[in-house]
Amino acid sequence: MGKTLFDKVWDAHVVDTIKDGPQILYIDKHLIHEVTSPQAFKELEERNIPVFRPDQIVATADHNTPTLNQHLPIKDELSRKQLEQLSENCKKNNITLYELGHKYNGIVHVMAPELGITQPGMTIVCGDSHTSTHGAFGTIAFGIGTSQVAQVFASQCLLLTKPKSLRVTVNGKLKNGVLPKDVILYIISKIGTNSGTGYFCEYAGDVFENMSMEGRMTVCNMSIEMGARGGMIAPDETTFEYVKGREFAPKGDEFDKKVAYWKTLSTDADATFDKEYFFDAADIEPMLTYGTNPGMGIKISESIPETNDASFEKALDYMNFKKGETLIGKPINYVFIGSCTNSRIEDFRIAADYIKGKQKAANVTAWLVPGSKQVEAQIIEEGLKTIFDEAGFELRQPGCSACLAMNDDKIPQGEYCVSTSNRNFEGRQGQGARTILASPLMAAATAVEGKIIDITKQLQHQVNHEYTAV
Amino acid sequence: MEKFKTLTATAIPLDIENVDTDQIIPARFLKATNREGFGENAFRDWRFQKDGTVNTEFVLNQPQYAGPILVAGDNFGCGSSREHAAWALTDYGFKVIVSSFFADIFKGNALNNGLLPVQVTPEFLKELMTAIKANPPTKITVDLVAQTIGIEGSDHVEPFEIDAYKKTCMINGYDDIDYLLSKKDTIEHFEKTLI
Repeated sequence: MGKTLFDKVWDAHVVDTIKDGPQILYIDKHLIHEVTSPQAFKELEERNIPVFRPDQIVATADHNTPTLNQHLPIKDELSRKQLEQLSENCKKNNITLYELGHKYNGIVHVMAPELGITQPGMTIVCGDSHTSTHGAFGTIAFGIGTSQVAQVFASQCLLLTKPKSLRVTVNGKLKNGVLPKDVILYIISKIGTNSGTGYFCEYAGDVFENMSMEGRMTVCNMSIEMGARGGMIAPDETTFEYVKGREFAPKGDEFDKKVAYWKTLSTDADATFDKEYFFDAADIEPMLTYGTNPGMGIKISESIPETNDASFEKALDYMNFKKGETLIGKPINYVFIGSCTNSRIEDFRIAADYIKGKQKAANVTAWLVPGSKQVEAQIIEEGLKTIFDEAGFELRQPGCSACLAMNDDKIPQGEYCVSTSNRNFEGRQGQGARTILASPLMAAATAVEGKIIDITKQLQHQVNHEYTAV
Repeated sequence: MEKFKTLTATAIPLDIENVDTDQIIPARFLKATNREGFGENAFRDWRFQKDGTVNTEFVLNQPQYAGPILVAGDNFGCGSSREHAAWALTDYGFKVIVSSFFADIFKGNALNNGLLPVQVTPEFLKELMTAIKANPPTKITVDLVAQTIGIEGSDHVEPFEIDAYKKTCMINGYDDIDYLLSKKDTIEHFEKTLI
């Protein structure tokens, strides 16, 4: 029987198998940040265990960092201490750290791909559930807890039971205005937030084949929101072209040799999956969430479902929405474009393209937070910052920011935020904040209009203006 | 890690589905650099109102309910990988979480911290919720060795699944680092074979 992409990468990394138990999986790259690593360092220190392979670890500061005045000392004492602890731990253990202000600093899942640290066929872990992002390159990448961070520090390995396999296939042509974010929000709205639990997902079909790496990262990023530990897309010419020439990518003959290997990783035609879903691209519209988990999403043309269930009603109550109502026309005061889901250059190009020549609505506070220093530099270089400035948007400095509101970027109690991030949980963006997940295009349109609009209607009147899932 | 074999105790019914780790421990409390003290902020925004007053409607604040067993709705622990969620629950005093479904990363984190996730059928979960709500002092027995869970006053004993390796770790208080370190030579040998 044939092997899946996942099987091929997994099998190449199995060190050993415990009888009737888990396998020892070798980890190629371990990414760390300030929030989920300090306790792991402490544990090793207490047990007098050295870090086994410091060369295979890369650290960044992202979760806690301010997005304004990064050159100044951090005001919040606990945040500052956590960042200082990271610097100290990295220094002590010879780990590369891109700390605040470094030209490579950024959100861990934006920084590693853009530096070529992420490469096809690898195993990558990080103490962050959105590590699934790196699966866009055909890597096995997944989030781990801090005890596992300590395990990887100690042995560069993890004890794991091989997950089951799941494939989501989307074929056809996406409509104008439908972006990769809409594709993944649509999938999650159809299959729910736990149907992927226990599985590793592969995304297949021409919709993903035709996507840019940025788009593929947006899709794989949200695999965890359907419960899957990770999501992967087979590496192809788009992938190789993206990796080529990046700082830590293999060079010359070494690169060609790697590409020859990466080409063998695609799922075999006769391979089978434990579970499969098929969707038609033509069914997908710009998506919005209306509840308190990412599975509670609707197409822009749809109304909130009339479900009778206590958890469903609790969610609507939190959001202050009613069953059967449309979201179109809802006034919105906050817009956030950022997070490891949508803070790459392409996301800001889409936003700028829409915003150009328009003005932000007076009622809206709009935060644009690039995923990394490199994305920030590119925004300026491409002239996008000028467009944002002229339209009244605020371009901030890189970090996780209002996605989880660990820093000062909090949405006030009771306010709605149309956000390009990945989670609409209660209080995720600030205590009492109400999150509506959407694409960067929908977020930009909301900021300009001051309310939710049906973007598809607006696009119908525009000639020669395509927003597609590139 | 603390050892776990059996436990007979009262339980708290948290009859809510999709309890995510942002609810178990909100992100603003993740700034500590040690593992202790997270219990104080477990379920913070459900236990307290925005103005800091106690939310008497929330089950953890209802005096009739107490105990080291949390019985929760489907898909418990979804969301972020933060192990702080498992630390918050153990620090609060929980030793067992019962649900009809657990999110992957949370389940692993719980097991790595001596917090036993017991996955039961939706029917049994309902029975359990009903029994506790009808009579809060009802005792629940969780037997990890036999892999069963039972309700006091009922003959119904429900089996549950757990990974054999993880079961051994829980019963003996071992963790994965000890095992992995014992395999150092095999790992070093494997590294030489990597493409």
